[in-house]
Amino acid sequence: MTSRFSPVSAAAVFLLSAGFLAAQNSILQDHPQDYSRADIEYGARLYSEQCDRCHGPNGTGVSGVDFKSGKFRHAATDRQLSEVITTGFPEAGMPAFKLDAADIAGLIAFLRNMNTLDRGSLKPGDAARGQLVLEGKGACLSCHRVNGKGSRKAPDLSDIGAVRSAGTIERSLLEPDIQMMPINRPVHIVTRAGKVIDGRRLNEDTYSVQIADEEGRLLSLQKSDLREFNVSTKSNMPSYKGELTPAELSDVVAYLLSLKGQ
Amino acid sequence: MARCASFVIILLTLLPCGLHAQNPVTFDRLTNAQKEPRNWLTYGGDYFSSHYSPLTQITPASVKNLNLAWVYQSAVAGSWESTPLVVDGMMYVTQRPNDVVALDAATGRVFWIYRYTNDPNVTVCCGANNRGLAILGDTLYMGTLDAHLVAIDTKSGHPLWKTDVADSKAGYSITVAPLAVKDEVIVGVGGGEYGIRGFIAAFDAHTGKQRWKFYTIPAPGEPGSETWGNCQAATAYCDPEAWKHGAGSAWVTGSFDPSLNLIYWGIGNVGPDYNGAQRPGDNLYTCSVIAIDADTGKLKWHYQFTPHDEYDYDSVQVPVLADITWKGAPLKAMLWANRNGNFYVLDRATGKFLLGKPFVKVNWMSGFDDNGKPIQTRQPPGMPTYPAVQGGTNWYSPSYSPRTRLMYVSAWEDEGEFFAGIPVEYKEGLNFGGGNLELFVPRSDAPTKPIPNAPTIPNLRRGPINNWTDAGGHGAVLAIDPITGTVKWRFRMTDVTDTGIVTTASDMLFTGGREGYLQALDARTGTLLWKATLGAQMINNPITYSVNGKQYVAAMAGLSLFVFGLPN
Repeated sequence: MTSRFSPVSAAAVFLLSAGFLAAQNSILQDHPQDYSRADIEYGARLYSEQCDRCHGPNGTGVSGVDFKSGKFRHAATDRQLSEVITTGFPEAGMPAFKLDAADIAGLIAFLRNMNTLDRGSLKPGDAARGQLVLEGKGACLSCHRVNGKGSRKAPDLSDIGAVRSAGTIERSLLEPDIQMMPINRPVHIVTRAGKVIDGRRLNEDTYSVQIADEEGRLLSLQKSDLREFNVSTKSNMPSYKGELTPAELSDVVAYLLSLKGQ
Repeated sequence: MARCASFVIILLTLLPCGLHAQNPVTFDRLTNAQKEPRNWLTYGGDYFSSHYSPLTQITPASVKNLNLAWVYQSAVAGSWESTPLVVDGMMYVTQRPNDVVALDAATGRVFWIYRYTNDPNVTVCCGANNRGLAILGDTLYMGTLDAHLVAIDTKSGHPLWKTDVADSKAGYSITVAPLAVKDEVIVGVGGGEYGIRGFIAAFDAHTGKQRWKFYTIPAPGEPGSETWGNCQAATAYCDPEAWKHGAGSAWVTGSFDPSLNLIYWGIGNVGPDYNGAQRPGDNLYTCSVIAIDADTGKLKWHYQFTPHDEYDYDSVQVPVLADITWKGAPLKAMLWANRNGNFYVLDRATGKFLLGKPFVKVNWMSGFDDNGKPIQTRQPPGMPTYPAVQGGTNWYSPSYSPRTRLMYVSAWEDEGEFFAGIPVEYKEGLNFGGGNLELFVPRSDAPTKPIPNAPTIPNLRRGPINNWTDAGGHGAVLAIDPITGTVKWRFRMTDVTDTGIVTTASDMLFTGGREGYLQALDARTGTLLWKATLGAQMINNPITYSVNGKQYVAAMAGLSLFVFGLPN
């Protein structure tokens, strides 16, 4: 049939849960080797905060459960593992965890790698230091905006830690052209009257496009009024590969992951 | 006698506007639905499911003058997939989950609403959908989410009888609009993601008693059972009786050819959907069209579009029947744009495969053998499969115009998907999909590689922030020449579309999409002639009808039904 996401019983529950599963769906992996170091590191931190108390630091704290074995009885796939985390096993004492998509991606990345991982090798970033880098050396606020501070040229990052995984954020910093979401692609427009508009795409349909121009103004334009409408696949954001040290990158990722929105 | 007839004529001339003769809808009227262009008597508009209306008042020249005539707001959340019926000035439409609303088709004023109470524990994969009604005599027929068939009086909205069709606890549901043929009402069941054993069944229109039942998954010993092989013992969740949970749902309405006395119905995916190792073989009659005798329910022929499907390519598209000229001779044809991305022409008397040609990008197969069986080309891990899980098209109705002799299809172009089968254990009432899926959004610098974690096309509803673009696929209206299978014209959209198509004898084409525009195209050229913003996506089939000589176009968007007409 037409289902893209996991099913649930009863229509009402379906409606409530579909959006949540949709949000997760895009950041779950099928292949353990695909998990990024940033996700694993973030997951390790969350594990310490949320899971350690019952499962123990080595994942063997609950009788009959051994995370370090790399086998999960109820979760062959990441989607199933996500469902286990978010629905819990109330009858066995495990509560349902309310976590956002980035948290889930991190936890899964960590759990899937516990059997081969040397936790001592993980160096999670420091969010406070990351904020200093983001606002200072990185000059990120010259384009982005965080909690009311900064430019509107590039997407507002105030809730980026709730909607993007650690790995995605790290890739955005290192390879912005590749990781840039298509909706955010820069547009170059020339109207039939000859007016030139550069900005960032916010929405588009067959007949119109909505953009934020370089001054942050919101413009809605009919394509029939445009002489040129070019959507660039090159991001205006520079790569920070070599510009920031690995430690600074980890710190920035940690800070961005702490931005969960209102 | 003559005096009596004169009296009737005088009486009719005195009837005020809005008061119409409301005669029972006989089988003869259903058979000749095209002779009643004012009405929309079946899900597909007629037994051939042509979605073509002989009405001509709205033309390419006048369509720019269309005005909103009325709006009915359902106030029921969720995608509205219903197609209304229109009978002599009355409109009957279902709304979620299983309400029936009777309205004045000229004004939108409501006469009555029937509300069916479903079992609260129903199991459905994709929301509380219902796609519409059948009418026969003075009775409406509706399938329910909890797998019942209900008969309702057209005048009062009172239920007349209710029949158990299947067990909803085991994942069965009915979302399809029934098909009324002769004195029976035919429904198919949903539940293809729950390991059901699908079927189509006919019920006595007067009593609700079952007349016949055709299982879409044959039992051992029955023809077709040889296509259900034995899985390897080492296969996870290998079940020697996999056929019992082989799915084969039938969740979109079929068609009927009175001259052949055959009912045609499209059959859905196999269970488990994506993990073929658990059910070796071609898995008949999943992803097939079946032709069954209207009186006995016996299979006359079948054609399987996607043997051993591992992509959820339900063949639940509406079978479009057309009498065409094929290689110089008349042909009773079946035209089918399939979810698997191919357009087909079959001989509907025999099931013979005559033509198959991709209408969107296809790489799950490379061609057909001499018998019309696809030569499958499973993509290696890490390579996207085209089309994606939502298919080249899906359940929404296409249209065939006998004037232009073109088949019109709402298509999803350039959308690929990563499919991975995952072993899954059958448990009653639980999902039996068995797969991981991820939409392919290609990188700009490397078209064969995906953008990591790019947003996928949402499942029908948008979030508050738009984050999807045509980078992952887009919608289009395609005009396909059935003789060659070639696309004569294409109307490209930015977003994808779940809207069906209606064409008319004035060569108008009406359709929509997820962008929320009701669009009128020139059916001959694909030129956009008019559009209206309805403010929400259209997940249904637009129709056209007339009341008191005025032609209307009706389409749902979001929670509302919008009806347009020319100024008086």
